[in-house]
Amino acid sequence: MEKVTNKYDRRSFLKSSALAGGGLMLSFSFLTGFKRSDGSSDASGLNEGWKELVGYIQISSDNVIKLICPNPEFGQNVMTSLPMILAEELDVNWEDVLVEMGPHDNVKLGPQFTGGSNSVRMYWRPLRNAGASARQMLIKAAAQTWGVAASEIKTNQGILSHGSGKEANYGEMAALAAKLPVPKDVKNKDVQNFSIVGNSKKNVEGLKVVTGKPLFGMDYRVEGMKIAMIQHPPAFGMKLKSFDASQTLKMSGIQEVFSFKLYEDDFEQGGFDTRTFNELIAIVGNSTWEVMNARKKLKVQWEAAGELKQTINGRGGKTEMIIPGRLETTANQYEMMAEQAKKPARQLRKDGDPETAFKNAAQILERTYNAPFLAHNCMEPMNFFAHVEADKALVAGPIQAPGWMEPTLSKLLNLPPEKIEIQMTRMGGGFGRRAYAQYAYEAALISQKVKAPVKLIYTREDDMTYGIYRPMYTATYRAALDENKNLIGFHVKGGGIPESPIHENRFPAGAIDNYLAESFEIPSNITIGAFRAPRSNFNAAAEQSFLDELAEMMGKDPIEMRLELLDRASKNPVGERNDYDPKRYAGVLQLLKEKANWKGPKEGNVSRGVAAYFCHNSYAGHVVDMINKDGEPYVEKVTSAVDCGVVVNPDAAANMVQGAVVDGIGNAFYGGLRHQNGVSEQSNFDKYRMIRHHEAPQNIDVHFVKSEVDPTGLGEPPFPPVFAAVANALYQNTGRRHYNQPFMTEPSSI
Amino acid sequence: MAKYNLNINGVKRSVELDPTTPILWVLRDHLNMPGTKFGCGIAQCGACTIHLNGMAIRSCQLPVSAVGNQEITTIEGLSENGDHPVQEAWIEHDVAQCGYCQTGQIMTAAALLKNNPKPSDEDIQATMSGNICRCGTYLRIKEAIKTAAAK
Ligand code: FES
Ligand code: FES
Repeated sequence: MEKVTNKYDRRSFLKSSALAGGGLMLSFSFLTGFKRSDGSSDASGLNEGWKELVGYIQISSDNVIKLICPNPEFGQNVMTSLPMILAEELDVNWEDVLVEMGPHDNVKLGPQFTGGSNSVRMYWRPLRNAGASARQMLIKAAAQTWGVAASEIKTNQGILSHGSGKEANYGEMAALAAKLPVPKDVKNKDVQNFSIVGNSKKNVEGLKVVTGKPLFGMDYRVEGMKIAMIQHPPAFGMKLKSFDASQTLKMSGIQEVFSFKLYEDDFEQGGFDTRTFNELIAIVGNSTWEVMNARKKLKVQWEAAGELKQTINGRGGKTEMIIPGRLETTANQYEMMAEQAKKPARQLRKDGDPETAFKNAAQILERTYNAPFLAHNCMEPMNFFAHVEADKALVAGPIQAPGWMEPTLSKLLNLPPEKIEIQMTRMGGGFGRRAYAQYAYEAALISQKVKAPVKLIYTREDDMTYGIYRPMYTATYRAALDENKNLIGFHVKGGGIPESPIHENRFPAGAIDNYLAESFEIPSNITIGAFRAPRSNFNAAAEQSFLDELAEMMGKDPIEMRLELLDRASKNPVGERNDYDPKRYAGVLQLLKEKANWKGPKEGNVSRGVAAYFCHNSYAGHVVDMINKDGEPYVEKVTSAVDCGVVVNPDAAANMVQGAVVDGIGNAFYGGLRHQNGVSEQSNFDKYRMIRHHEAPQNIDVHFVKSEVDPTGLGEPPFPPVFAAVANALYQNTGRRHYNQPFMTEPSSI
Repeated sequence: MAKYNLNINGVKRSVELDPTTPILWVLRDHLNMPGTKFGCGIAQCGACTIHLNGMAIRSCQLPVSAVGNQEITTIEGLSENGDHPVQEAWIEHDVAQCGYCQTGQIMTAAALLKNNPKPSDEDIQATMSGNICRCGTYLRIKEAIKTAAAK
């Protein structure tokens, strides 16, 4: 038995639930989040007499058990997996619980951040403790009622019982239990005794999804709501000069057109308050189609924005940034990166004496890798609902980080945070994009101006051309071999627009005596942000392709070569700050080798590529099997191995890995946003190529390392190694190494 | 502005609006039927798929003026309780990740099976390639269609 101390105190729960108010739980979007596990009924009418035991658990006197999911759902299945953890420790029958998306309430429900593959990892202990605490409180209530010792009471799937024959369900004891203090120390179950966690459970919103229920921000609606769209500058580096809305205002259903500033010029931005354009035009009307059409009639004059100064007060402290004014073009962006790569860069890590190693090398392998901006292209375009009144505001929509947007919203609206209610709808994808809430701020400012409930909608074109993109990256890898083909030196120098990708303490750092990592950045007015496994998604692509080529040069099998390096890092590591656990990393490669039945990179007409990577505290690897179909390289099958600790919901976890594989193949082959004088060359799916059904593999076989380690990330880790596994298979298939993404339309300008 | 009597999921619905309004927005904005999704607006993603006389079409491209009294079926009318074989297969295979594309996928798949009850892998690929799933659930979509076809 593990004993842990409960960090949560009852007073903060009670205080915040009084703040939140009883009605909040059942407002529009949460009602639709409600579901019996058989999908049969809504919870309306069940809201009588809920007793809150801990912030995440409410039980009614007629024994309905409601589990609150703290974190917003964007397809990673947290609305199922997080309540599973609660149910496990509470000891209830999974089929009997209701699951509800919680309101935004950081005091009561924790950080509520979906991103960084953190949801299960961050909530694993708190939710286990919450479930165990509530169970303990129910036991204590029964002990008091029956006049017996708590230690003599057992629970079994929601039933309390005592040797004397006394029995009660949780509902009967809930009222008394809710009055008891939350215990300080609770015992968690042993992992071996889990009966819910580790067993696949279907998505609790599955039925709602397949019947088209209003789950998403796009579906959010209140009576009398107006529809708003924005017009943003056509190019990065441009700003509004003047506009004439006379024709727009003549169109039917149009109420108001005005320009507004998202942030005042001297506004101190939070770390996630990306400022793409300073000033926007809002068009507000009755219906989407009317507003869309009216927007086309706007006559706008734009001008160069020039250089801008921004103050950002993020997690790393306050920084001043100068944003250049130039209008960027893709070919020049690649040139800028190549130029900058020749200049001295910032040293991030140095082990041994890499200069001498390279000077004495018998052979040197040097390769440069490049990757473009990527648009997130969440299937549900950005949108948000806002109803801002004089003394309070309600905002609702798809958001990954409600806690980060709250302080900014408070400043922009000049309302105290407790007067701002944030509701999180199901998200039609996120991939990092929805951690940046500027679309929610826009909705709120528009609502404040027109004094009405408003839903702001981005079209696909708005979404793709007004993005927070995956940065553009470059990295040059060098390896030094002695005359016996031993690896004696390793050097990586990487940079990007506007951010560097390098993780200096990742593999193969720690496995090579002489090692150097360097980094550079090129500022830009093209706004960027987290994209599924930030930085890792490029590093893995470059490094794991490089290691494949290096293994070939060393005359070694690519898996064996990695295992040898990991063995070195395990037995005799170089340096002290290596991020990864070489044994777990090797474990994934070994599992992969076994499950893929790996004998080498070529089997008949099948070309095989392998890659593995560590990020977000987890380890993932793939073997990609490539053939030619209709004259094009096609990934027919993928074998995947992942070590993410305990797997909470295995089938859903496999789904996530399969999705990451498809996403990786799609972006490796086709992904990329190009610019011409600051204008995005692609603005919709006719030009921005997304992987489609017939391009996805026939089979993706997912295996997890059996583990009792606390769960680590899963949404991101399987994504980065896909790119290199594809590149390495492509080499076997075509005989040519691919260094520049996207591989199917390798940019000729590099 | 013009008045239209539409036949949606077997029910007559009257709307008065701009004749160029795509059925997608008629459903979503005017009839409060948000199961049909907006993804691209240019017939590239399939999120807005509905049935017109039993055929899968992209509702973002269908102006209300072109419908007349043809039968429209949306996800809300595919079955009473979500028990259409395709919906059941979707749940059995736990297809959805974010779920946003799935009503469009289901409508395309349901029309496919209606016209071709035992589709080959190639038939499935050819038909489903008009529906983008950003979350990459294609494999499970294929499996779910096969399960539904077997029923
Ligand atoms: S919204 Fe109609 S096909 Fe994309
Ligand atoms: S499930 Fe997210 S787009 Fe298909």
